[in-house]
Amino acid sequence: MNTVKTKIDRRTFIKNTSLAGGGLVLGFSWLNSCKPKEAEKLSAMEMPEEWFQMNGYIKIGENGLVTIMSPNPEGGQNIKTSMPMIVADELDVNWKNVVVEQAPLNTDLYTRQFIGGSNAIRFGWSGLRMAGATARQMLKEAAAMAWGVPVAEITTSGGIITHQTSNKSASYGEMASAASQITVPEEVPLKEIKDFNIIGTSRKNVDGTKIVTGKPLFGIDTYQDGMLTAMIIHPPAFGLKFKSMDDAEAKSMPGIMNIFPIKVLKDDYVRQHFDTCTFLEVVAIVGKTTWEVMQAKKTLQVAWEPFETYTEERVPYGRSQYTMTIPAGLENSEVHTAKMADMATKKATEVRRDGNPETAFKKAAKVVERTYTAPFLVHNCMEPMNFFANVKENSAQLIGPLQKAELTEHAVAAQLGIPESNIDIQLTRLGGGYGRRSYAHWVMEAALISQKMKAPVKLVYSREDDMTGGIYRSTYHVSYKAALDADNNLTAVHVNAGGIPESPLYANRFPAGAVDNYLAESWSIDSNITIGSFRAPRSNFMASAEQSFLDEVAEAAGKDPIDFRLELLKKAKENPVGERNDYDAERYAGVLQLVKEKSNWGNGDTSLNRGISAYFCHNSYAAQVVDMRWENDKPIIDKVTCAIDCGIVINPDAATNLCEGGIVDGIGNALYGELTFINGVPQKRNFDKYRMIRMSESPREIEIHFVESDVNPTGLGEPTFPPIFAAVANALYKATGKRHYDQPFVF
Amino acid sequence: MATFNLKINGETKEIDVDPSTPMLWVLRDHIKLVGTKYGCGIAQCGACTIHLGDNAVRSCQLPVSAVGEQEITTIEGLSENGDHPVQKAWLEIDVPQCGYCQAGQIMTASALLKRNPHPSDTEIETAMNGNICRCGTYTRIKTAVKTAAES
Ligand code: FES
Ligand code: FES
Repeated sequence: MNTVKTKIDRRTFIKNTSLAGGGLVLGFSWLNSCKPKEAEKLSAMEMPEEWFQMNGYIKIGENGLVTIMSPNPEGGQNIKTSMPMIVADELDVNWKNVVVEQAPLNTDLYTRQFIGGSNAIRFGWSGLRMAGATARQMLKEAAAMAWGVPVAEITTSGGIITHQTSNKSASYGEMASAASQITVPEEVPLKEIKDFNIIGTSRKNVDGTKIVTGKPLFGIDTYQDGMLTAMIIHPPAFGLKFKSMDDAEAKSMPGIMNIFPIKVLKDDYVRQHFDTCTFLEVVAIVGKTTWEVMQAKKTLQVAWEPFETYTEERVPYGRSQYTMTIPAGLENSEVHTAKMADMATKKATEVRRDGNPETAFKKAAKVVERTYTAPFLVHNCMEPMNFFANVKENSAQLIGPLQKAELTEHAVAAQLGIPESNIDIQLTRLGGGYGRRSYAHWVMEAALISQKMKAPVKLVYSREDDMTGGIYRSTYHVSYKAALDADNNLTAVHVNAGGIPESPLYANRFPAGAVDNYLAESWSIDSNITIGSFRAPRSNFMASAEQSFLDEVAEAAGKDPIDFRLELLKKAKENPVGERNDYDAERYAGVLQLVKEKSNWGNGDTSLNRGISAYFCHNSYAAQVVDMRWENDKPIIDKVTCAIDCGIVINPDAATNLCEGGIVDGIGNALYGELTFINGVPQKRNFDKYRMIRMSESPREIEIHFVESDVNPTGLGEPTFPPIFAAVANALYKATGKRHYDQPFVF
Repeated sequence: MATFNLKINGETKEIDVDPSTPMLWVLRDHIKLVGTKYGCGIAQCGACTIHLGDNAVRSCQLPVSAVGEQEITTIEGLSENGDHPVQKAWLEIDVPQCGYCQAGQIMTASALLKRNPHPSDTEIETAMNGNICRCGTYTRIKTAVKTAAES
């Protein structure tokens, strides 16, 4: 039997949070949030009279109804359903008797309440299983004690505890009170994978009914008594800062309470990784209603001035403090393009070298050399940035959509001068995140505005504020060079990658490890345009370039593009070059083989314009085939077939939905996504100019195939996104005879 | 400021606002019907879609003064118990990811089906093209519209 220790490091993972004298727990803020009416609708059962807390994740009612806390915020990845499914499976209850609640930020009870890097399920997996298994064990022990029988003879099934020999049984509800008093066992048994009966079965979104009936779920839906509405004005261009304003007229407009500049971060504040702040000083406009504030905002006259080059102290994740330079100047995309092309011709920082690439290129029978570029991209979460803040003398309540609440708590505390322990962050559903909501400068802004107003405030960005506010995906440039010998074997690859302001390079990814002679170089150019995590940051560009390039190399070698990749992966598996290759060649080949089979690749149907692409990122493997038609000078994507290996799949239909989303998002960004700058001014401010993919442009059909696996679950939110760019580019080539090197491809 | 008597989801609401205020903000800020969402404010995304009579309209572009006697239906009033065929189809197909755009999608889809109970794929695309889904649930939305049409 699988067992698991309930301690990680020296920290007890599962805490017995019951209060002395009866299992009933009071005083947890979330206990009040489970309103009877909502729970009734969601579950087959009535609300219980009493709740018994088993641990931070689970409370059980006397009638057997189970509440499972979902620790990480939900932004469309389905984790509010999938994470509790893992707990429920190990707890061994009927899913229909489970209600799910969003946990608030609580670093005592939960670890890693983050979303980002496709890691929520991956890192949550063991802890969630442990939470369920521990509670189940405690229920069994309570029954063993009550019945005077050995715990080893007790079994559970669907929320019922049974001792067969004595013919005794009880529901979890009946044993919950006693179980909640039991000391947390040091070690608990886990289910065998074959015994899962919730994990691996499709369960509907727990918030589905609320979403389709328009219930308040999102941060922007927060309304409280006495709440004011705030908006900000930030500089219209990167490179500018606040100078002065004339607010006389705006202040006298109906509903306007105050207008004032705020400094978002204190001068001496040492920033953590996610404390990127584009505009250090913004103007806040506070009023009674959104429309009134929007009107005043139009009237307000603000003067801006160029800033001088400055530096910021930063402590990034797991690295030591460093100083970052933010250059002065009003930047232009045309200049960016020229600068990047120039950098690419120079020797850059060598990140990896295998064999002797220079000699291999000299000896090559054929050399293929291509350059790929991509522009800055905007996240464009459909719910614009917003947050509610109610800051008092020495405490603050914050409510809203946020990806990295734990880090934000620290940052907000520092700006407000209030201890972290007095800051309460409630997590709402996110109307999209994609990395954007990891950078919580707007939470700081909301909190500082509330502190100044001495009132509860909801800060809402307009779409324009959101789109022109920075934290973009970088602009990138990569040159690839490949050498083929006389037998069309790939003998060398040289990759030179860079960007503004970051390089996209992952030097140890495929085809590194599959080529004897390999050279990877990296460079970057400073900028005052801020960037942040995007869906599969860096990977999204590297995949698009690398997989387009390999397609062209395969063609030059006269090989089928899938067979060509498989041939390289065979080498990487059997005879890998170098030691730091960060992918598993067998699993990589696995998704290519699966997509080949499922798409009927090479079935001789020449009417199909097909593009293939495959990529590894966020610990998962994805391969895609795009079937494209060319009609009225536009691409029509008839079908996308996708194979993915992300280990164990928790909630298959929801996982499929997420993969479909990654594919549609990728196609949209490949074809249309772009933000350019003239004199520091973003050239798109809203969806009239910033083109988003629409229904008529998305694939007619998407087929997702998961590799069956017993491997612990890995990332799913990001891995289907990067490869689709190249699958589209490669299909476009088939459809039009023209290769596409510069994103967006735009039609 | 002016007083308006609005017929919303079968009830009459009296509100006192500036006549230029878009229905989007009247609904959200004044009546606290927050199912109707703000996405762009310029009629480009569809998140704010409501029904004016039987027509799907962008509430961010509809000043309260233009409503008059016309009936307004929001996502909250589409059905009493969340059992409008479009809502049921949405749940059956489990369409939403983040869910933010979905009220608008449902309001556009329900207006389409009222007008055209059996739309073709092209008709669905034409009707739904004004509604952005940043999460990319379009294939499911299309399936759900067809499911609702069949029911
Ligand atoms: S908010 Fe009205 S269409 Fe976008
Ligand atoms: S479900 Fe997220 S925008 Fe549509």
